[in-house]
Amino acid sequence: MRAAAATEFGLPRLLAGVRRDGLPLNLGMHHRLHGPLPSARGLIELVTASGLRGRGGAGFPAGKKLAAVASARKRPVVVANGAEGEPVSSKDKRLLHRAPHLVLDGAALAAAALGARDVFVALDSTAGEELGAVGNALEERRDRGLRWHLSVVPPGFVTGEETALVAALEGREAKPAFTPPRPFERGLRGAPTLVQNVETLADVALVARHGPEWFRALGTHDEPGSALFTVSGAVGRPGVYEAALGTPLQALIAQAGGVRGVPGACLVGGFFGSWLEPFAAQSLRLLDAELGREGAALGAGAIVVLPAAACGLDQTARVVRYLADESAGQCGPCVHGLAALAGAVETVAAGRADSRPAALRWLRQIRGRGACRHPDGVVRFVESSLDVFASEIELHLQGRCSGRRGEFLLTTRRA
Amino acid sequence: MKRTVRVNPIACNGSGLCAELLPERVTLDDWGYPIIDPRPLTPDLEEHAERAAAACPTLAFLLRDK
Repeated sequence: MRAAAATEFGLPRLLAGVRRDGLPLNLGMHHRLHGPLPSARGLIELVTASGLRGRGGAGFPAGKKLAAVASARKRPVVVANGAEGEPVSSKDKRLLHRAPHLVLDGAALAAAALGARDVFVALDSTAGEELGAVGNALEERRDRGLRWHLSVVPPGFVTGEETALVAALEGREAKPAFTPPRPFERGLRGAPTLVQNVETLADVALVARHGPEWFRALGTHDEPGSALFTVSGAVGRPGVYEAALGTPLQALIAQAGGVRGVPGACLVGGFFGSWLEPFAAQSLRLLDAELGREGAALGAGAIVVLPAAACGLDQTARVVRYLADESAGQCGPCVHGLAALAGAVETVAAGRADSRPAALRWLRQIRGRGACRHPDGVVRFVESSLDVFASEIELHLQGRCSGRRGEFLLTTRRA
Repeated sequence: MKRTVRVNPIACNGSGLCAELLPERVTLDDWGYPIIDPRPLTPDLEEHAERAAAACPTLAFLLRDK
């Protein structure tokens, strides 16, 4: 069935028809907008052909992941990953709250394609209205042959990492595991497990309805489709926005009401992302291929515009300490290395000493040394900070600061 | 058959024995945890690598077939 205008080639797709009153789309509204749940026949091939890449941050090809789980010999399980632990990202929560059935459709389709019976929807315990929305949505649905589990896991920056999430769902501490095996081989209670970000699953639901060519009408060949972005900081209307991949950052920021005042720097990709010069950043397009040339990546699509009045170096010091504290505490290089790095950034931010040589040495030592990518994300963030805030560091070493203290403290608490 | 060295960083407690037994492939970071040279082991290093694996108190030092 060809669905309504909301699903023509343009935008919005994921946020199509979301209600102005801020209430979730119920099952009836969802069906009127998107049409009924399609068949899962050929789903893996369709998703592979669509070129959809995971929207949880790592960008792994969704079709490849589905195929890997499908090739296992045991009955798989599906986990819809809504444990969005990144403090400057709220797009997964927003999607789950406003369009829960689109996410659940994707999970149900993946389960049908894989022959899975158990589907877990994982949210962390900071979840508020989206927990209720998903609970209500599950009560409305009649998915034959599926057992839904709405699971609330402890909050934490690393909880959404797939091996940590599997551990949390098993009732163990939400800590990453040494791999292999990855969850697609042996995950939840030993079963091959598809852990897929909720936005990715919503895209799966759209691809199943409209096909890969429709999906590829937006974005580029290597990075097709649209994505959700959380835009915060010095913009007119901070919030969650949908944009085609390849959209100029400037256009996304314009959607969010434009820059308010004078921008100091732009953080692209959240706390595992990179600071960019605000004017250089704005001309970049939202593509890993383009951001990669600046050492940046889209990650889970969190964008923060830092006002010039806020000191980027002070913000960075806060975030690095937060990320060091959020280490799962398992791997020596992460435990000791991130704490040392946080100390070095704090030292230079306080203007006590030029700790950059030590920081550079540790950045080289830490990269690639954890069981998960947590230390690598912090390394990227600190490297870009030392680069973009180089002149700010000189100021601090002279006992000065370009910002006003206390101005715009980058949140390190989940929204 | 080429073999490489890998460390399970969760299991590793930084005893440093591997760096003593296989300095050709293992150095220690500022906190005493091993940094591994990913190049395959040459035949003359095989025996030293096996000794390092056997000596590791947490069995974190792993030899993998490439």
